[in-house]
Amino acid sequence: MPSTTPAPDIAASNTSLRAYLHGLPGVDEVGARERAAQLATRSVKTTAKAQAIDLAIRMVDLTTLEGADTPGKVRSLAVKAAHPDPADRSVPPVAAVCVYPDLVAVAVEALADTGVAVASVATAFPSGRSPLAAKLSDTRRAVADGASEIDMVIDRGAFLAGDYRAVFDQIVAVKDACAGAHLKVILETGELVTYDNVRRASWLAMHAGADFIKTSTGKVSPAATPPVTLVMLEAVRDFHALTGRRVGVKPAGGIRTTKDAIRYLVLVNEVAGAAWLDPALFRLGASSLLNDLLMQRAKLSTGVYAGPDYYTLD
Amino acid sequence: MADEIFEYAPAPESRAVVSLRSSYDLFIDGEFTPASGEERITTLNPADEEPLAEVAVASEADIDRAVRAARRAFEEVWGPMPGAERGKYLFRISRIIQERARELAVLETLDNGKPIKETRDVDIPLAAAHFFYHAGWADKLEHAGLGPAPRPLGVAAQVIPWNFPLLMLAWKIAPALATGNTVVLKPAETTPLTALLFAEICQEAGLPPGVVNIVTGAASTGRALVAHPGTDKVAFTGSTAVGREIARTVAGTDRRLTLELGGKGANIVYDDAAIDQAVEGVVTGIFFNQGHVCCAGSRLLVQESVAEEFLPRLRARIERLRVGDPLDKNTDVGAINSAAQLARIRDLAATGEQEGATAWSPACDLPERGYWFAPTVFTGVSQAHRVAREEIFGPVLSVLTFRTPEEAVLKANNTPYGLSAGVWTEKGSRMLWTANRLRAGVVWSNTFNKFDPASPFGGYKESGYGREGGRHGLEAYLDG
Repeated sequence: MPSTTPAPDIAASNTSLRAYLHGLPGVDEVGARERAAQLATRSVKTTAKAQAIDLAIRMVDLTTLEGADTPGKVRSLAVKAAHPDPADRSVPPVAAVCVYPDLVAVAVEALADTGVAVASVATAFPSGRSPLAAKLSDTRRAVADGASEIDMVIDRGAFLAGDYRAVFDQIVAVKDACAGAHLKVILETGELVTYDNVRRASWLAMHAGADFIKTSTGKVSPAATPPVTLVMLEAVRDFHALTGRRVGVKPAGGIRTTKDAIRYLVLVNEVAGAAWLDPALFRLGASSLLNDLLMQRAKLSTGVYAGPDYYTLD
Repeated sequence: MADEIFEYAPAPESRAVVSLRSSYDLFIDGEFTPASGEERITTLNPADEEPLAEVAVASEADIDRAVRAARRAFEEVWGPMPGAERGKYLFRISRIIQERARELAVLETLDNGKPIKETRDVDIPLAAAHFFYHAGWADKLEHAGLGPAPRPLGVAAQVIPWNFPLLMLAWKIAPALATGNTVVLKPAETTPLTALLFAEICQEAGLPPGVVNIVTGAASTGRALVAHPGTDKVAFTGSTAVGREIARTVAGTDRRLTLELGGKGANIVYDDAAIDQAVEGVVTGIFFNQGHVCCAGSRLLVQESVAEEFLPRLRARIERLRVGDPLDKNTDVGAINSAAQLARIRDLAATGEQEGATAWSPACDLPERGYWFAPTVFTGVSQAHRVAREEIFGPVLSVLTFRTPEEAVLKANNTPYGLSAGVWTEKGSRMLWTANRLRAGVVWSNTFNKFDPASPFGGYKESGYGREGGRHGLEAYLDG
C-alpha cells in the first residue's frame, strides 16, 4: 500500500520492480481466509437475491476451452449467451463468450448484434510456455478476427524465478498487441500459491496496463477461491485510490452454484465497493454456473424448481 | 441498480424457535421453585425495549436453600460419583446445547442485544465446546499435574456478567462440574434467560438434583450469594469495582476466589503489519459484541509512521459495519445491553471530547427504540485521557500512536489492567520480543478475540486473578 504515487519508472529494472513489489504490505493468510469466510455468511434473500442473480448473469463470461471445441459448439454457446433461457426472454444476456483464438471469427459472426462480447484466451493459453513472438501473434490474430477482450496468461515461471521485469514487459507487449481490445491478465493463482505472490502479481499486472486481473485459467487446481479474490479486490481498490484508475477482477474456474456467485458479489461489494458491481469491472469466468443461475431465478419467480432437463446444455 | 442489491433484503432469524414463558421461578434442587418474596424483575429486549419475561428475585433465604441443596448433592451424589460417570452428564449437556443451538442463539440475541451471527457462530458453539472439553477431563484429573488424587472443593458460588451470558455460564459450570463440585450460579440481572433455559437442559440431561442451581436477581442477590458461608469457592466475572467488593467479602475466610475483571486491551500495529488483516483485527477487537468484551482491544496503538495510511482504511472498514436489528443475519453490530450501560458509554465518550480528543462515527441510522450507540473512534488521544485509561465496555476505540517497539510496550502496559493485548507484525522476532514484555493474560498475534476451551484465560493486576479454561482452569476447583 504505497502512500505516494510511485515513480513512473518502477519497472526501470528488475531490481527496482522487485523493491517495489516486495515493499507492498504482506497478506496474513489466516486473516484473509477468515475474512472471506465471514463474508460468506451474508444472507442474500428475496428481492436482493433476484437482483443479484440477474447481475451475476450479466457478469458471466460463458466459456468453452476444450481441445474438442468446434464451430458448431461455439455457435450453440453463442445462442445460449444471447438468450440464456429460451423460455424466458426477460433473462439478460451474459457479458461475453470466451473461446480459443482460432474460433473467434465463428463466435463474432454468431454474436453479431447481440451485445455479447467475444473474449479470447491468447498467449499460448493455458501454460504460456511459448516464445513471446508466438504469444503476440496469437493475440493479434484474435483481435484481428474481432475479439474485443483478450485473456492472457502471465509467465509464472519468470515470476517464480524472480524475473518480474520479464513478466511486466510481456504484459506491456501483449497490451500493445491488443490494439484497444480489453486486456485481462490471468495470474494463475493456483501456481503462485501464496497470497503475498497474488498481491505482488496483481500490482505488477495493473502497473503494466491490465484492464482486468483474473485468477485462473481453470486448468489448474485450485482455481478461483474467495480469499484469493479478496486479495485481488483489495489490490484493485488500493490501485484506484493510488492512481484513480479502476481495474476489473475476474475469478474463473470452480464457480458452479448461484450461492458461490452471490458470495463473490458480496466480496466485491464489501471489499472493493459498489462501483465494482458492474460487468465492466467484475466478471465470473464459468460454464456450468449459468444453468444454476437460471434455475434459481425461475425458482424465485415461480416458486418451483424445474428439473435440469429444462435448461439447455450448451 | 447495483447499490440496491446490497441493501441486502432483511434476513431475520425466526423468533418462533423460542417459547418464552411469561414468568420464571428459581431453579433449586432440580426444580423450578418460587422465590420466598414477591419481588420480580423484568428482562427486556434491548433492541426494542419490549419486555421479554419476568424472573424471580432470590432472597437470602432462597440463596440458603440453594446452597443447602448444592451441599447435599455434593456430599451424597456428585462428589462420590466416579469421574467417568460425571463426564457422561457433561457430554450429554454439551450434546443438548448443540441440539438446541438455534433456540439458545435466538434467545441470547433477544435478551442480550448481540447479533444473531455472533450467538449462532460464537457464543453457543463455544459454550457447547466448553462442556465437551471439560467432560473429557472428568475422569483424568489425576493426570492434570495437580497431585495424584486432586479433590473437589465442594459448593461453588458463581456470579456471571451480561456480555456473554450462556458462554460465561459454561466457563463457570463446566470446570466446576467436571472436577466434582456443585454450583449455585447467579446470571446477570439483565440477561437471565439462557441460564434458565440451561436449567431446563440440566433437567433434560437427567442431572441429579442440586448439582446445578440457578438463582436470579440483582446486586443484592449476588451479594448474598458470595457472602454465604456455606460455599467453598467464589468465582466472579464482571467489573473491577464489584470484584474489589467481593474480594473484601471473601477475605479472611477459607473460601477460594477467582476474579475475571475488566480490561483496557492494547492492539499494537507495527509498520510492517499485514495491513488489511490488521484493520480487520482492530475492528473485530473493539466492535465484536458491541465492545462489551472484557478483553476488547479498546486501545489501538499504531506506529506513527503508518498511522496516516492505517486510519483511513480503518474508517472505511467501519463504514461497512451494519448496525441494527440483532436478529437480522447480516447485522454486524447490535444493541447496547441496557439503559444503564448506554448511559455509562455516553458519559465516558463525552469526556473524550471534553478532554480534547476527536470523535468520529460512520453515518449510520440507529433505530429509534432500544439502546444504541454508533461505533466510535477517538483520535488525538493521549495516555492521560479518560477514554485511554478507563474501561468503556462499549463500541468505542481510542487511537494512540508510538514511535518504537519500546514505546509501544511501555504504553500498552501503562494501565491498571492486564487482560489482553494484540500484536500485529509480519516479523516473527519482533512479535516474540513484544509478547514477552506485555503484561497481559492473553496476547494474540496477528489475530484477536480468539477463544478456545483448551486455552487458559485470565488477567494481571486489576484484571483479576486465577485462570479459566484449559488445564490451568481446573486448579481453581481442585485441592491438590
